[in-house]
Amino acid sequence: MDRRRFLTLTGGSVATALAGCLGSDDTNESEPTAEILGETLTLTTTTSTYDTGLLSEVNDAFEKRFGAAVDTVAQGTGAALETGRRGDSDIVMVHARRLEDDFIGEGYGVNRRDLMFNDFIVVGPDDDPAGIDGMDEVTDAFTAIADTEAVFISRGDNSGTHAKELDIWEAVDIDPGGEWYRETGSGMGEVLNQAQLEGGAYALSDRATFISQRSELDELDICVEGPIEDGPELLSNPYGIVAVNPGVHDHVNYDLAIAYIGFVTSRQGEEIIESYTAAGEQLFFPEAIAENPNFQQYVPEDWVPDS
Amino acid sequence: MVESLLAVAVDSGVSSPLLVDFPYGRGAVWNIVYVSLYVSLIAVALSSLFGLTVAMLVGFNDFPGRSFVIALINTGMGFPSVVVGLVVLFAVSSEGPLGQIGFTLVFTREAMILSQFVLAAPVITGISLAAVIDVDDGVRDAAYAMGGTRLDVALTTVRQARYGIITGILAGLGRAISEVGSVLIVGGNIEGQTRTLTTAIQLEARQGRFEFALILGAILVALVLLINGLLLKVGGGRV
Repeated sequence: MDRRRFLTLTGGSVATALAGCLGSDDTNESEPTAEILGETLTLTTTTSTYDTGLLSEVNDAFEKRFGAAVDTVAQGTGAALETGRRGDSDIVMVHARRLEDDFIGEGYGVNRRDLMFNDFIVVGPDDDPAGIDGMDEVTDAFTAIADTEAVFISRGDNSGTHAKELDIWEAVDIDPGGEWYRETGSGMGEVLNQAQLEGGAYALSDRATFISQRSELDELDICVEGPIEDGPELLSNPYGIVAVNPGVHDHVNYDLAIAYIGFVTSRQGEEIIESYTAAGEQLFFPEAIAENPNFQQYVPEDWVPDS
Repeated sequence: MVESLLAVAVDSGVSSPLLVDFPYGRGAVWNIVYVSLYVSLIAVALSSLFGLTVAMLVGFNDFPGRSFVIALINTGMGFPSVVVGLVVLFAVSSEGPLGQIGFTLVFTREAMILSQFVLAAPVITGISLAAVIDVDDGVRDAAYAMGGTRLDVALTTVRQARYGIITGILAGLGRAISEVGSVLIVGGNIEGQTRTLTTAIQLEARQGRFEFALILGAILVALVLLINGLLLKVGGGRV
């Protein structure tokens, strides 16, 4: 991060740094190294992409290709976007379309791309007190959990997973509360740990975090599958990547952010994501490259042109 | 596991290798230790300079509002670290006052030093102040009577109060190096940059790797023990 400060002191803004780059190329032809060598990109993201280890794989490859380091700060989706709003990160990788749309709609983010997806699953104890194992609909499962008042551990942290959980409770028209419903306000891994230490409890989890931690979670089983295993579409978990708008925060490293977006949505990025496994299972499924791009990925979902 | 933990706790002071394979390499562990020490030792050094100065000024002088200042210092000892982290974050954020004037401090070690300074300074100030006030007036009078300058008197007082002052510095160090709330918020727990022992422990615990978390905890305890021993030796004996 010292490098960043150095940049701020010498360059000031991305534009100035870029201008400096062009200038120094003229005067210093003996060193054909690019100016982005040694620059640092600050990425805020969710705990799921970080804790599974995917990002260190992607970032190592990015660093190798561009010579620029990536400082990754793992927060919940809500906090990651908030950091971007303040201009303290250059790029945001999250998984809650509704919150991303707010972010873009307010003008803080530009150049959003669909990146990859996996799905959510409902995990629960072996003895399955609510009897939801193998249910096809997550809505039925949530209703059963609420009816039997089986212990359910909620993220309660405004993360992407928490947002999805609230969507499901809303879909079944239940306002969860009481002894059985525990809002922990902690990360995905912590919630799974807590469910494990509880001797088994229900929780909504992204598949990737659950798989990568599975060896520590012998009390828990998958009760309801997501769309990857033919479960309900409601449990889909798409990840998006958005650059922070340099029009709002002119000090952000926008060109490097776009380089990063370009890298993770390229064939090479796709391959890294596709081949990343934990416990022999693929965790994330890239969806950035398509012959017929989904135009809706660039704008908020309900956006319509003015004219 | 307990045996291996003990072995590590004992070993970490020496150069013997760690007995357990970490999910990341040895180099990363040393880097975490380095960041922890770098941030906390600088923060405590600055806090000590600040705290001792304030303790002298408040301890030796009588002025209106003195008891209010003392109450303020004592309240500062109880600042919740998360709140300090948030306040420092807003200060160093690019939207905040320090960010506005061109410092890019958010998610840096410097920001972590700042937040640990805010946490440790009141502790060091408060305990040193109590020690300074406790020094018998007779000692200072004697120093004056023997023709000492103000500086001589101050040095004599510090010498008399040194056990209390060292206790204060150690308490401040304990508060700084062991807190996780504020460094996580302002530092961001970035691998190789701002990851300290405490934020690494938090990360390991989040992922259910409790064993590694405990080993890192043992390293932290061993470090604090080592620093305590060194400082007490330098300070000249028992407290």
